[in-house]
Parts: sequence; C-alpha cells; structure tokens
Amino acid sequence: MAEKSIAEALRDAIAEEMRRDETVFCIGEDIGIEGGFGGAFTVTLGLEKEFRDRMVDTPISEILIAGAATGAAMTGMRPIADVQYGDFLFCMMDQLVDETAKMRYMSGGEIKVPMVMRAPVGATTRGAQHAQSLEGFFTHVPGLKVICPSTAYDAVGLLRTAVHDDDPVIMFEHKKLYGSKGNRAEKGALSPIGEVPDEYYTIPFGEAVIRREGTDVTIVANLLMVYNAISAAEILADEGIRCEVIDPRTLVPFDYETVYRSIRKTGRLAIVHEDVERNGWGAELAAKVASEAIYSLNAPIKRICTYNTPIPFAPVMENYVVPSVERIVEEIRNLINS
Amino acid sequence: MLNFSREKLLDLYKNMVLIRKYEERIYFLFLEGIMPGTIHQSHGQEASAVGMLYDLQKTDYMTTTHRPAGHALAKGVSLKSMMAEMFAKTSGCCHGYGGAMHVGDMAVGAVPAIAIVGGGVPLGVGIALSCKMRKTDSVCVTFLGDGATNEGAVHESMNGAMIWKLPIIFAVENNLYGASTSIKQTTTIENLAERAKAYNMPAEIVDGNDVIAVNQAAERAIARARSGSGPTFLELKTYRIGGHSRNDTCGYRTKKEEAEWAKRDAIKVFGERLVKEKIASRKELNAIDEQIEQDIDEAVVYAKSEPSPVAEDAFKNVYVQEGLI
Repeated sequence: MAEKSIAEALRDAIAEEMRRDETVFCIGEDIGIEGGFGGAFTVTLGLEKEFRDRMVDTPISEILIAGAATGAAMTGMRPIADVQYGDFLFCMMDQLVDETAKMRYMSGGEIKVPMVMRAPVGATTRGAQHAQSLEGFFTHVPGLKVICPSTAYDAVGLLRTAVHDDDPVIMFEHKKLYGSKGNRAEKGALSPIGEVPDEYYTIPFGEAVIRREGTDVTIVANLLMVYNAISAAEILADEGIRCEVIDPRTLVPFDYETVYRSIRKTGRLAIVHEDVERNGWGAELAAKVASEAIYSLNAPIKRICTYNTPIPFAPVMENYVVPSVERIVEEIRNLINS
Repeated sequence: MLNFSREKLLDLYKNMVLIRKYEERIYFLFLEGIMPGTIHQSHGQEASAVGMLYDLQKTDYMTTTHRPAGHALAKGVSLKSMMAEMFAKTSGCCHGYGGAMHVGDMAVGAVPAIAIVGGGVPLGVGIALSCKMRKTDSVCVTFLGDGATNEGAVHESMNGAMIWKLPIIFAVENNLYGASTSIKQTTTIENLAERAKAYNMPAEIVDGNDVIAVNQAAERAIARARSGSGPTFLELKTYRIGGHSRNDTCGYRTKKEEAEWAKRDAIKVFGERLVKEKIASRKELNAIDEQIEQDIDEAVVYAKSEPSPVAEDAFKNVYVQEGLI
C-alpha cells in the first residue's frame, strides 16, 4: 500500500500499463519532453526515460492528436491521449464525435477503438478558456464512455479499465485534485493523497461508490464536488442532517441503481456538479429519477451546479458561480425544510 | 506499353470499368427510386482510385471520403457487399450501418469512408503511426479532395506525418470543384501540390485521368513510404463526370468544360491506347465490359434478396459491450 497523489498514481499506473502491454502508448502536447512538464499537470513526468518510443510528443495540433489516437486504436494500438486543458477538446470535436465515437457503429461492429482521452477540467482562476467542466458535451455522444475519478485509488482502477476497454473513453481529471508538485502545483488545490494498493486491481465502469452514508438526503457529486459535498455533509451533520454522498465515478455508463437505492432510504436528491447546470449530466440523472423512481422522493430534485455563465476570472466571481461548500449547505438545508 | 505486364494493364482497365459501371448502375437504381440514402459518385475519377491502390496489399490501408465507391472497390471491397450495403442489407460491407458515404471493409484495409471533409486524413496519420510503431511495413493511402486541402485537419495531419516520417501518401483528387464552388474561388494557388512545400513534403503533380501516370507516381510514393522515408503528396488532376451529389445538375460548369474533359475520359483514352498498342483487341475489351455488367447484375440480384436488419439492430454496435446505451 502506498500513499499517492492522483498525479503520482496516474503516472505509475500509465507506466505499469505500458510495461504490461507494448501496444499502449501516450500521445499529446508536452508529455515526454526531457526537462519539460510531463503534460500540463506532471502526470507523465519522466515517463520518456523508460518509454522514449512510446511517448509521442505532438505539435499543438489537437485534431492530429485525436485523429492519430483514433487511427492507431483502430489498427492494433491502445493510445492514452491527453490534452493540456479539457477546453482544447473542442479543437478536436469533429474527430471525437464524428470519427472516434462512430467508427464502430458505421462499420457495423467491425472496428474497435480502444483509446483513452485524458482531459483536465475545473475552474482555477485561469479565466473562461482553461476552466470548463465538459462532462455534458461528451455524455451526450453515443459511442463514448465518460469517466471522472476523484481519488487516487479510483484514478488507478478506472484508468486500467479504460486502457483495457475496447471502446473509446474520455477521462476527466480535476486540476485541483491532481496534487501536482513544484511549479506545476495548483493554488487552492485540495490535492488529496490516497492509498493505492500494491496488488493489481481494476474498477468496473458503472459502479458508483457511497463516500458517506446518511439517511436524510442523497447527494450525487463528481470530481471536486465530491469533496465539497462531503465538507457540506460534515457541517450539516452538526445540525442533525445526515447526508449520503454518492460519487458515480463513471457517467457513461452510469450506476442509476445505487442512486435509486439511496433515495428509497432518504427520499431526497441533490445533484452537485461543476459543469454548468443547463443540460449537464445532472439534468439527465434528474430526468431518469423522475421517470424511474419518482415515488421514492418526498421533495423536488435539487441541482446545485455551476451557474449558466462562462467561468469568470475574478476569484470573487469564480467562487460564486462554482458550487461552494456554503452554497451546498444552504441548498440542502432548503431541501430538507421544503 | 512501358514495362507493365499485359495482365496488369488489363486489370487496370477492368478495375476502372468496374467502378464506372458500378456508379452508373447505382445512379440508375436511384432513379428507379428503390435505393435509400444519397450518393456522391466518382465516375470520371477511376484512374486515380485504381492507379493509386493497384499495388497495395490487403495489409495496407486506405482512407477515403464522402465519394468513396471507387476507392473502396479498388482497395478490394467486394462488389456484392458494396451493393448490399447500398440496399441497406445485413450482408452489406457495413451491415447496413454505413450506407453510401461510409463503405469500407477493414479485412482488406479499406477504412469505412469518412464523410466529414478532411476528417479521414487525421485517421490516416494515426493508422500510419500505428503501422510504424508496430514495426510493420504497411502503408496508408489517404484520399482527399481539393476542397479538403482547405481544412485545418489536413494541415495538422500533413505536418504530423512529416515530423514523424510516417508511411502515408496524401492522394489529393483535384476535381476542380468543392460541391458547386470552383477551386478558383477557394484557393489562390494554381497547383495544390505547392501546399506540400510548407511541410517539406515531397510532392508530384499527376494527370489523374491517366491510370499509368497515377500508378507510377503511386509506386514511387509507396516505395518511399515502405522504406521508411516518409510521406508523399500527390495531386491528381481529374474531373468528376457527374454532379456533386444525386440532385446536382452542374449548372455551375460550362458544357464546353465538360466536353473538354470528356475527351480525356480515363477509361475511353486508356481503352483506345490498349487497342492501339495491341495489348488487347476491342473485342476483348468489350468482353471485359460485358462480364462486369453481368457481375453487377448478379450483385444487384444478390443484394435485393439479402435480409434487411431489424429495427432493434440500431441498438447494437454502439459499444463493444452490448446493452450499454
């Protein structure tokens, strides 16, 4: 058992997959440059020492990254691609949505596209274009799987599953959870350190985890919001409100059953995500609950999400639009009293 | 004729006629109203398809565009499976999930066609990267049209292919029009091959209606790719006989221009050359034509008689893991 940050855990897990399978390779900007950064958040730092031929450094060409990863995946390789900031996924949107996601379908099942696209998300006072949470764009696309680990343990287990998976997987990682060190450290980061077992394990997609048990309200939250939700739950516990916090870990596929089971107990549901509220994954979850499990609820479903604005720069504004612990506490209180 | 074997010369002719007659039959079937979907046909561009792909192996790859039928047939996708796909049958090369704009068959290295202009080119680079990383000697021919050379995806791909010295050939079929818009309105250069200079990529300008010229340029480019010397850009100057798509009456082209290109019809010119140089008699060529008509007749009968998918098949093949939608 080792204590690792998410960045360290992912680095070790990627190296291990590359050792295990020589068709696994990394492709992206600034990922394997000697003396460089190891990607924007140090995840691939130093991997070029052991895997020079399989650390494919690219020009600043996101369409190329996605196309090269997809083409390689279609023909026997297992790429782990990466963009510096999730926002840059838009540059490669045609490849991911029209090509990557549809190759298998258009070929009538003849093609597999076993690729992983890693993308950092989250608001970190960098302004509107290095800040977005993008889950909703990608959960909307049939053919893509979408995962979002919030702990080192999950990052390792889900990355392994993603690398082994024969379908394309978009993996969102939160900048404030990496625990990147040195000059790549993130101001105001939570950087949780977690235990990662020495023995090899994987985590199946579509299995949520209950981060905290409770009986009064179910809070479903992902990435950084898992931590905000837990902090809110601790404050609310002092007021006698017992929150159950569920981390879905993967959004496509999504573990609805764990949510349904929880709300049968609590009768209340709040959904917390950093993606904007409008048409976020929370909207889909709310609609599913409304159609499949509405009679479990004693109160309306509450979504606590980033307001429908771009991410502003001024910290006072950024902290306001992204769900804070205080906002979650307030909204849950209202939900309980409704 | 040159040092080509008689067998190869007749194959080149036959493969071109197959594409021409296939496209003509598809057009007829559309007029009859018995085929679903839409069509973007390649008649007139047969020499580019056949010349480029004749020397490739099944283990080599090809990516193509929304105008893919000629490329797919020339890469070895079976006529019957192509026709069945056009009729949206389960025995189609994409099992009814693809249609006219996505035909292909990975078993012969024909990547299902990508109908986003320029969208298949980055995939071609990825395939070539894979060929190199897996230490095979396979190569990839990636087809694009003149219009696609204005797409960012193509420029990122050309640059990437050069820095990684990949076994890929950019086969640009310059048919002078992007849908209805003349190339004169969309670029300021005379030859698209000039764009390769920006990436230090070897390039050739080729008469895309001369199957021999195309094939020789392809041989040079394929040899360069196989030997690890990197990409080549081939500008194949050609002309589509038909419209951009099903309902296009080509009001944006002059009859004079069409007539001039008709004189350079790849199949007509090559057939005459074969006869003149006594490679084959007109009678022999006619026999080839008739055999192909018969093959197409059979393919149509086959395709019509094959089963259609059921509606719920729509849920399959979204993911490898079934039931996950």
